[in-house]
Amino acid sequence: MDLSILAQHLTNGISFGSLYALIAIGYTMVYGILRLINFAHGDIFMMAAYLTVFGIAFNLPWIVAIILVIGMTALVGVLIEKAAYKPLRDAPKMSVMISAIGVSYLLQNLATYLFTGRPMSFPSLPLLTTPMTIGSVTMLPLTIVTPVTTLLLLGVLLFVINRTKLGMAMRAVSRDYETAKLMGVKINQVISYTFAIGSALAAIGAILWGMKYPQVAPTMGVTPGLKCFIAAVVGGIGNVKGAVLGGFILGMVEILLVAFMPSLSGYRDAFAFVMLIVILLVKPTGLLGEKVTEKV
Amino acid sequence: MNDKITISKNKRHLLTLLFFVVALLLIAFANGSVNSYIRRILNLCAIYTILGLSMNLVNGFTGLFSLGQAGFMAIGAYAVAIFTIPIEQRVALYYLEPIHPAIAGIQLPFVVAMLLGGMLAAVVAFLIGAPVLRLRGDYLAIATLGFSEIIRIVFTNLQNITNGALGIKSIPSVTSGTLWWTFSVAILTLVFMRLLIKSSYGRAFKAIREDDIAAEAMGINLFRHKVLSFVIGAFFAGIAGGLYAALLGTVDPKQFYFPLTYNFLLIIVLGGMGSFSGTVIGAFLVTAGLEFLRVMDEPLSIGGMAIPLFRPGLRMVVFSICLMLIVLFYNRGIMGDKEFTWEGILGFPKAVKRKFSRGPAKDGGGKV
Amino acid sequence: MKKLLAILMVLTLALSIFTGCGGGSTGSGAATDTSTDAADTTDGASSDNVIKIGVFEPLTGANAGGGELERQGMELANKLYPEVLGMKVELVVADNKSDKAEATTAVARLIEKDNVVAILGSWGSSLSMAAGDLVQTNQVPAVGASCTNPQVTLGNDYYFRVCFLDPFQGTVMANYATQRLNAQTAVIVQEVSNDYSVGLASFFKSAFVTLTGDEANILDTLNYNTGDQDFSAIITRIQQLNPDVVFAPGNFTESALLIRQAREQGIEIPFIGGDTWETPDFVTVGGEYVEGIVLSTFYDHTNPTTEIGKIFVDEYRAEYGEDPAAVTALGFDAYMLVLDAIERAGSADPVAIRDELAKTVNFEGATGIITIDANGDAEKYEAVIKIVQDGNFVYQDTIEIAQ
Repeated sequence: MDLSILAQHLTNGISFGSLYALIAIGYTMVYGILRLINFAHGDIFMMAAYLTVFGIAFNLPWIVAIILVIGMTALVGVLIEKAAYKPLRDAPKMSVMISAIGVSYLLQNLATYLFTGRPMSFPSLPLLTTPMTIGSVTMLPLTIVTPVTTLLLLGVLLFVINRTKLGMAMRAVSRDYETAKLMGVKINQVISYTFAIGSALAAIGAILWGMKYPQVAPTMGVTPGLKCFIAAVVGGIGNVKGAVLGGFILGMVEILLVAFMPSLSGYRDAFAFVMLIVILLVKPTGLLGEKVTEKV
Repeated sequence: MNDKITISKNKRHLLTLLFFVVALLLIAFANGSVNSYIRRILNLCAIYTILGLSMNLVNGFTGLFSLGQAGFMAIGAYAVAIFTIPIEQRVALYYLEPIHPAIAGIQLPFVVAMLLGGMLAAVVAFLIGAPVLRLRGDYLAIATLGFSEIIRIVFTNLQNITNGALGIKSIPSVTSGTLWWTFSVAILTLVFMRLLIKSSYGRAFKAIREDDIAAEAMGINLFRHKVLSFVIGAFFAGIAGGLYAALLGTVDPKQFYFPLTYNFLLIIVLGGMGSFSGTVIGAFLVTAGLEFLRVMDEPLSIGGMAIPLFRPGLRMVVFSICLMLIVLFYNRGIMGDKEFTWEGILGFPKAVKRKFSRGPAKDGGGKV
Repeated sequence: MKKLLAILMVLTLALSIFTGCGGGSTGSGAATDTSTDAADTTDGASSDNVIKIGVFEPLTGANAGGGELERQGMELANKLYPEVLGMKVELVVADNKSDKAEATTAVARLIEKDNVVAILGSWGSSLSMAAGDLVQTNQVPAVGASCTNPQVTLGNDYYFRVCFLDPFQGTVMANYATQRLNAQTAVIVQEVSNDYSVGLASFFKSAFVTLTGDEANILDTLNYNTGDQDFSAIITRIQQLNPDVVFAPGNFTESALLIRQAREQGIEIPFIGGDTWETPDFVTVGGEYVEGIVLSTFYDHTNPTTEIGKIFVDEYRAEYGEDPAAVTALGFDAYMLVLDAIERAGSADPVAIRDELAKTVNFEGATGIITIDANGDAEKYEAVIKIVQDGNFVYQDTIEIAQ
């Protein structure tokens, strides 16, 4: 394979990986605080995509639409937490997981009912979606904007987590829930902020995703959601940097798998799961995760 | 609580026997009198009961969060599909890539194929379980879900064994003409499960569910018991898959996409995660209810006025909302972790009388 | 309080079972015993003077787009021609949710509960095949509109179709590629989890190899899964192989994205595909990137070859304000064909209808003249080639295959 083809593959891999990274962050943040796999995260992503479609359909300027969508998605995330997870905070873990699955299922069915199963087309922003050529590689400006955005957002998020009071509260809650509560940390507020941030990031991911793959359907969030969770686990669940790393790795592996072994391209999705299982067996805490001991 | 009635062991056995006779008579009656549409629904209820029971064993009784039933079901379904279609039909069916010579000539009677499916599922479960059952809670869920998907994707790509995406059709429909197959297997499964739970294995499972570290400290071999539960669950899922394939007459990998497992999850949650009787009730309610909620998918007019709310998709929305409400407000399910016992049934009138005679201050400041 | 609510929910579910069990309000009334054969419980005549025809389509799920389009055709036909033999014709819709298990239940319901005399559909050959055994055992004829997989009618006396088959379509596209595009090498991109795609790809492959004489001219076959959205790796591989043409017979949902991404990455190679591309959604999602894309299809609405064809196009435009899709025309034809068979049979008995369907010769449908052959397929010797121009599917060519 010659260099320009390889370069093309790598560019695609990085861009794809950064989309996964954005969504994975949401999973990892929620898990870090609540020890809950938010199965509905992928569907929040899907809702954001639909909201964008409608926003642009109402002729809102892009900037306004983007801000509105991010805000609304964050709101949806917080609402879901309050309605479906908060009541079960003291229930056995399995119940909350089932609730998450239920929310995911409900969102998908709701979208199918409201918007029918026919895929809708995501509006395009010519600024980012007109192809350009750099050297021997052709791509969209979007392909570069995506990883840059991801890294920028990662930076901002790390700043929030490490340098602000809210961030400190988040770290405290994820380290030791009970003690943080006793020390006066406003648990509900922290949890709401976590969901809001995670969902907002998913919304940004949805917008970038929609511009690259402009097809919006009720089930569009299922597979990316699952894979992004795997990415978060691979990187070390509970660790934001880990989620981003996991996202990039998973994206690259998928692209390179098809690139170097095209006959196995049908097994592409299976590989994500294989990676998951390998990591869970070899290093369950993930690449950047820390060991957690179980108290009896 | 101290005027619970007691029944002698012999009387209990007699009652159970009577119950079985009545049940068998009911099934025979239903078999002869319902049309094939209702029969199909009932068959599906029975199959889902088996799946619910298998899942409840692993999730409800042993406390392992497994989402892999769809994959094991697929194994069983394909085993029956591949080995029961008549040999002459195989060439035409596998028109894209000829069937693998090793299996092309093997044709088995339905029962053998079904049991083979169960065994294969059990073997796969053993291979998967050994590494994966060490994981905790949510990780186990995702890992089992992952394996379910891997199985499905592998089936989609193994063109010469499973016919890939083309699927297999014209499976001899042994089960669809009658209720006896599915219901007898369901009853056998139920009986087996009850016996298992009452045995020392069952107690070990429950101990693991309550607190597995304590269980281990008490000398229970965690690994062995977890794997056992998982493997048995997979076996029955495979059997149910075989019945499913025979009922539908056609299989393809897309049917076993992991959301299928959500149906069984709903069944055991609805019925009560530690109760087999609850699972049976849940299976019937969910399967039949889902089918009869179909009316919501069609335009409805009351008194000549069309209500715009009813169009395709509403059925599933209502279904999902029901699921959510049950999980949120009633997450112990209908039966919680109790079973139907003869003491409970015969003592019911007394219990009701007791409740009503105690007066208003009975419940205290309980939850509402 | 919460417990009460939840108990109410459970009771609702239970109640719906009992109301359902008591027999639905429509159709299951007096099961009149007018049928003479030893068949199961179905018989044609419903209690009042209404003939029921089932619409068996995916209205939710992955294939909802296609199913909806076909249903439009059937409903339009029903609106224009609501009577036959002096009786009213009613369409009963059953959604198969793009799922095989649901498909069998939906068909069972149509046959058992609604007592339909014939069934129309489904979009998606695998769904039709799921229904195959049921219609055969219960002796209720089914007419598929656009399901092109040969297995649908093969060995099944009760399934018919009004469209051509995939072996035919594959050959047509191979001919187009070699003759009109002068292609010597090709790459196939198939949706490995979709039997339509896999089947059509294989027929194209064998025809292409026969026409070009060398198996190695198919440079590679690349797979993707239903629902995939990122094709960058596949596209880069295509770039590497540089074939003369790419045949991508997948569903329009993924194909639109595939082509779009290919063009974005600078690939100019022609992409050709099959009938599933001809939907408005293909153009909406693909945008300007699918300009110049070529596909084979059943029907050209700008050039109806029959009187009824013109009526269909005009009525559709009046009703929906846009041009009809090919599968809509086929849905229309499926209905019309069944009506014609009922008339010829002089009765609404499903077995009689079936016999008449099998004898159909030179029936004038919106999509052309239909003659049903021994397998239950419509004899078609030509396919229409269309090209996307200015966001519309424009007629480009007709490919004829001598039979």
